[in-house]
Amino acid sequence: MSLIDLSGNLLFVAFIAYLVGTLLFGGAIKSNKPDGAAKRADNWGKLAIIVTIIGFLAQLGYFITRWIHSGHAPVSNMFEFTTAFGMFIIGAFILIYYMYRLTALGLVALPIALLIIGYAAMFPRDVTPLVPSLQSYWLTIHVITAALGQAILAISAVAGLIYLLKAVDPKVKSRGRFWLEAVLYFIVLVVGFIVVTVIFRSMGYEAVFNYVDKNGAEQEIIYNMPAVFGMNDYVLLTDDVMEPIAEMPPVINAKKLTVVFWSFIAGSIIYLLIRLITRRRILAILHPLVPKINFNLLDEIGYRSVLIGFPVFSLGALVFAMIWAQEAWGRFWGWDPKEVWALITWLFYAAFLHLRLSKGWEGKKSAWLALIGFAIILFNLIVVNLVIAGLHSYA
Amino acid sequence: MEKIICACGHENPFGTKLCEKCGRPLTEEEKNQKVLDMRYDGTAIRSKTRNKSIVDKIWNFFSSVKVGVSLIFINLVAASIGTIFPQEFFVNVATEAEREIYYEETYGSLGKLYYALGLSDVYSSWWFQILVGMLGISIIIASLDRGIPLHRSLKNQRVKRHESFMKRQRVVAEGSITEGDSSKTLDLVEEQMKKLKYNVRREGNAILAERGRFARYGPYINHVGLIVFLLGVMLRLLPGFYVDESMWVREGDIRAIPGMEGYFIENEKFILELHDNEKTEAQIQQGVNAVAKNYQTNVKLYKQPDDALPGQTDNLELVKEYSIRVNHPLQHEGYSLYQMDFRLNELKGMNFTLTNKETGEELGDVKVDLTNPQKEYVIDEQTKVDLLGYYPDFSGFKNGEPQTATSNPNNPAFIFKMTTPEKPDGEVSFVAIKQTIEPNGDNAYKMTFKSVETRNMSGLTVHKDKTIPILFVGGFIFMLGVAIGSYWNHRRIWVEQLQDGTIRLAAHANKNWFNIKKDLTAITEYAHLPQFIDQVEKENDEEGQKEKEGDNTL
Ligand code: HEM
Repeated sequence: MSLIDLSGNLLFVAFIAYLVGTLLFGGAIKSNKPDGAAKRADNWGKLAIIVTIIGFLAQLGYFITRWIHSGHAPVSNMFEFTTAFGMFIIGAFILIYYMYRLTALGLVALPIALLIIGYAAMFPRDVTPLVPSLQSYWLTIHVITAALGQAILAISAVAGLIYLLKAVDPKVKSRGRFWLEAVLYFIVLVVGFIVVTVIFRSMGYEAVFNYVDKNGAEQEIIYNMPAVFGMNDYVLLTDDVMEPIAEMPPVINAKKLTVVFWSFIAGSIIYLLIRLITRRRILAILHPLVPKINFNLLDEIGYRSVLIGFPVFSLGALVFAMIWAQEAWGRFWGWDPKEVWALITWLFYAAFLHLRLSKGWEGKKSAWLALIGFAIILFNLIVVNLVIAGLHSYA
Repeated sequence: MEKIICACGHENPFGTKLCEKCGRPLTEEEKNQKVLDMRYDGTAIRSKTRNKSIVDKIWNFFSSVKVGVSLIFINLVAASIGTIFPQEFFVNVATEAEREIYYEETYGSLGKLYYALGLSDVYSSWWFQILVGMLGISIIIASLDRGIPLHRSLKNQRVKRHESFMKRQRVVAEGSITEGDSSKTLDLVEEQMKKLKYNVRREGNAILAERGRFARYGPYINHVGLIVFLLGVMLRLLPGFYVDESMWVREGDIRAIPGMEGYFIENEKFILELHDNEKTEAQIQQGVNAVAKNYQTNVKLYKQPDDALPGQTDNLELVKEYSIRVNHPLQHEGYSLYQMDFRLNELKGMNFTLTNKETGEELGDVKVDLTNPQKEYVIDEQTKVDLLGYYPDFSGFKNGEPQTATSNPNNPAFIFKMTTPEKPDGEVSFVAIKQTIEPNGDNAYKMTFKSVETRNMSGLTVHKDKTIPILFVGGFIFMLGVAIGSYWNHRRIWVEQLQDGTIRLAAHANKNWFNIKKDLTAITEYAHLPQFIDQVEKENDEEGQKEKEGDNTL
């Protein structure tokens, strides 16, 4: 087995381990029946964390072997970075678990990491060579530290989500119920993305187009899903595939829009099916599954993970980023969208910490803020990378 | 302003909430609290005590955490607006008019609006800079407002606190010891607290154990770091602190370095290397043919002799030879030259042959240097070619006149006058790439295009930034401060043994209550203290999930 195959297998092992871990954490939910269930739950919990650690070590193995194989830290494209982010979330979870021993965290942290890694796997997985500006060890240090910081910050969203799943009453109509269901719906959309990508990939769907980009140059592009939206001035080159329904102006990447469209459709269908079959909101399904927990402890974990993550994030996403930018371009700050969104994330969490100084911003409000913070992190990872950035290419 | 005299006799400054000496609540508000607000240990904060003069009002405005947080959010939103469409400095057009057209053409009417509102250059707009400035002022004032009183109260702490203070702490315990000799209890507490690395002070029958007080200074240290950083950024506005220029140098040329007085640079060679990998899936999808591996300019850095006039290029002294690559700038005396851009195969010269159209006879070669064309090219006594017109970047005719778009030789066009023994008066011909116009009818001779010479051009940026050390210090102080404030916490435990031997205990942590409870459990077991309770947690359990509407003033 070559190193890169080994690496891929290790990642697969990790994925399976996280899946099993999630189920075990589910088994660890304490019931109140006086039949030794609490003790059983403890054992499930212990087993769950062991399986999680095994998965984490396997993924670390993936990371290291891929690093050795490609000669650079595997954080240089969408697949690699997002996978690493999933790994760091698991790592951060393990860290916080050993501080507070709260198994319920795993019940949410593991599925989130699974979704993130699943999402990553939808991007091209081969090793990409590095362009010159990325050939710097400061970049490696910067990316790894920033991702680690984001992962620790993400744990506050995990705690926040558990808090809200328990605190928001699914039977009473409220704004909280609406928005929490919206968050859950968004998670289902991510599942939808993974489902459509896997379906069309297994069909081997391919449609080749020529189009004219915004500089007026002719380009070729390959769609892996039926093209709902066509690129500017497109010409379809493949036979027997769907013609686009609408043509987009050159600033819009119609291929990505098509992917968003199909993910939206698939996710919505899944969501509707869940609603029809169970006749309940997802919130109402999850609410009883989340064990009884001490709200103060959850709130404390949410705050604490921001406190632990904020310095790490500051160091990685701002300090090291500036040092690298200074080395590569001679300016420590260039107002590039990626940089600006790192700054926004940092400002947001600074605001989070300051709000905690005033009374009344603990508990629910803080949990919502933690979710918004995670949304900003995801925005920076997904939207900024795939939509906003890439406007200037000498990078 | 009048002083507040506490029941214990201590004189407190106006605005104090908890007596500095014994901790008794002094205001009605505090007296009615079940758990005291311990954020600044109840000291008198300037912004809460004065509100008369205009200075007070400004001070109070900026010191409010509410205002501070609002400013952080406003800055956040303003920064995000700048990422909707690319900022001007990422747009590759030269003039303002072109820019306006670019935004409208590329992004439609939204783009036009974006440009018109000045959002295409948000970060250098006056209002953005004012917002950042206000954030800075807020940080300074809030820190002074709270930091100084906090420091004073932490320094002057008394060991013994009044009952009304102790009972209103979040974590409390009261009762008799659970086992053993009560006369030993305080010794046991002291012993165990020392083991847990607390600083223990004892006065009679009271103990104050304290740990990690320095953590309280973390936020103030990090705010200082932020201010140093911001000041560093502002210093760049002063002359001499900051140079940021860019230049193009063609291979073989020597050019003066802008912003770096007396220095010249020679571009010996520009090198572009590509990865020779198989196309990856991502490359195929994005239509990228090859991935760059290296951008490099081999240069020689020269210095003028001391007595030379500006611009004089003879007797240059070689300072160093270097290969500038991305991530590896050439550094000299505080200046750095970075590889930023390149242009491949720029036209350098064009070779023509003066040819007789009918017979094909060649009279001689003419080599035109496109950056430095000559007026006439003499082949022999009776044969020469005059260059009547040169249009380096020919863009068409206007009123019959050839036009040039720029002065770069991207699309050179020429008007030649060919003088030959056969046509001693000369024949005029307009020659451009793939196009020849003979204005006076059919010529006998033509300029046959033979070949081109090309060369590469490197784009370099020249930087000097004397503020970097200041920024570095600022960043370092900031990181130090956040680490101190985040990874350590301030824990205090007050224990008092009453006349009858019972114990009264109170504990406070500025954050991370989880840890202090672990410590408390340890001493409770070791010294057999009564079980402590968390009054906030109890209250929450009692109230269920009801939203608490606390006061938001801070
Ligand atoms: C981007 C700007 C800022 C950053 C990164 C920042 C950072 C921090 C951090 C990390 C803390 C510690 C929080 C905690 O431990 O929970 C803190 C505390 C604090 N900050 Fe800021 N801050 C900023 C701006 C401001 C502003 C504008 C104000 C103005 C009101 C302010 C006032 C305070 C106060 C009063 C504290 C509490 C100090 C204490 O606990 O004694 N900060 N700041």
